[in-house]
Amino acid sequence: MSDVTDATTVPITVDFSGGLEMLFDNQRRHSVSLPAVDNEGRPATIGFLIDYLCKNLMKDPRVDLFVLDKHIRPGILVLINDADWELEGEEAYEIQPHDNILFVSTLHGG
Amino acid sequence: MEEGSGNRNGTNGATAATGFAQNGLSRRLTDDEFERYSRQMIVPGMGKEGQLRLINSRVLIIGAGGLGCPAAQYIAGAGVGTIGIVDGDVVEVSNLHRQVGHATSRIGMKKVDSLIQHLRGLNDLPAYISHPFHLTPHNAADIISQYDLVMDCTDNPATRYLISDVCVLLCKPLVSAASVQKSGQLIVLNCPPVPQGLVDGKYAPCYRCCFKKPPPPGSMVSCGEAGIMGPVVGMMGVAQAGEAIKILASALHVQSENNESTPERNLLQPTLLIYTYDLESAVGPYSFRALKMGGRRKNCFACGENSTLTLEGIRAGNPNYEQFCSVPTPNHSLPPEERITAAAYHAAKVRGELPEHILIDTREKEHFSFGSIEGAVNVPFGKLLMKAAAIKRDGGSASEILPPEACKPDTPIFVVCRRGLDSQETVEKLKELGLDYGGKRKIMDIKGGMKAWKEEVDPTFPYI
Ligand SMILES: [Zn+2]
Repeated sequence: MSDVTDATTVPITVDFSGGLEMLFDNQRRHSVSLPAVDNEGRPATIGFLIDYLCKNLMKDPRVDLFVLDKHIRPGILVLINDADWELEGEEAYEIQPHDNILFVSTLHGG
Repeated sequence: MEEGSGNRNGTNGATAATGFAQNGLSRRLTDDEFERYSRQMIVPGMGKEGQLRLINSRVLIIGAGGLGCPAAQYIAGAGVGTIGIVDGDVVEVSNLHRQVGHATSRIGMKKVDSLIQHLRGLNDLPAYISHPFHLTPHNAADIISQYDLVMDCTDNPATRYLISDVCVLLCKPLVSAASVQKSGQLIVLNCPPVPQGLVDGKYAPCYRCCFKKPPPPGSMVSCGEAGIMGPVVGMMGVAQAGEAIKILASALHVQSENNESTPERNLLQPTLLIYTYDLESAVGPYSFRALKMGGRRKNCFACGENSTLTLEGIRAGNPNYEQFCSVPTPNHSLPPEERITAAAYHAAKVRGELPEHILIDTREKEHFSFGSIEGAVNVPFGKLLMKAAAIKRDGGSASEILPPEACKPDTPIFVVCRRGLDSQETVEKLKELGLDYGGKRKIMDIKGGMKAWKEEVDPTFPYI
């Protein structure tokens, strides 16, 4: 609603699936008002979002289940509006208002 | 995934399949076949031709568990002519809530034999081939080469990468699914299959194109640990059968003779279907999601242009799948003076030799609810870690992490978990927070967790 006039944050939804929701308060969907720019004034990217989520949304201290060596850990797919982030430029993708970002952990059981 | 596939099997599919099963496609159906398959043959897009393609097809189902059972039922029911099943395990009672192709009376039987017995009862027309052992780098190519399509119904990443690699090299379409706890995933790979190294066009991805690296082992949960809902894994297995039947009946996997642009003919948008099942809420808009994936990756280790992967290499142990899928995990091993066996703890308690102490059980509350050692207090491991992190971050009294009974600083603490790893980490965490008061308070780990308790102390304990 206010996002048209409020240029300082970008409203997005962030979803977790495949067990990752466990790290985020057991909640699968979060509405996030992401700062529109990072500390250096550059537009917010997925890379920035991941860092932001670790610092602000993750209650569980097991950060390494989400991020390893400053990158998303192997075995987690990132989807931007339901498309693999590799189709969109991965960490460099600039977040747009109302984007849906889904983090899904790949499963192996059966 | 359904979109656009319905009318593909008409003239396209028919010409594509020439030279593949020409004889088979022109024969008459037997009376038995005609009656048995009539309800599916009259579905638009299927027809007699689709049915004959199924009858002429050979499908390999790897894994006869929660995915493989429901998948196999529909593959057999639909009349796929030759069905191979690979699995080295035997039927256990804890399988039966989801592995619907087995039976209480067949506990202890090889899963492959049990499932085939069930499938014969359903439809005795197909030929069933039993491979009663696990798929290995050594036997994979020999087995997979005998089939037209592979269904990955396994339960571990090493086998998943192995299956995909061999399917790439042998040009076999692969229908892959996985499921744990309350989630499921499904993806069709290598379909239509094109030779390894071909990258000048749009081709279907392999498993490695989509999932470059396996998750670190510590982050993975198995059905044995995390649990699994029968309908969730069942749904994925049934969907797998649906995709396999569609591919075979419509000859989506077959390349035609004049092959310039043909692989693209049948290339559908690579899609990962995910299913999430909330026990707390009814079916909602995000229960199923179809996610758009990329195609074949130029630099893919298995199917990309400079791939050095070969069948001979795989057979000789290169790449090493076990190693690829297991990064060494930190080995928690406390010094012996901080550990006590379940048997010794029990014996000391019975003899009244244990001082007044507190026993913390760090299992999840679902596990704890089935039973615990008398006097144990449940503090689930995840919650404990979260509290410990909060205390470190925001300050506050470290003893808040403990149940109120343990607030006296000299009361010894014993920690027990499910199998003996979390409890050791808990001991370390509590010490880090200074709760051992520089060694004045004893904090001990019960070795091997409740699993050891069942083995050493109480065989009737309801351990899951
Ligand atoms: Zn690939």
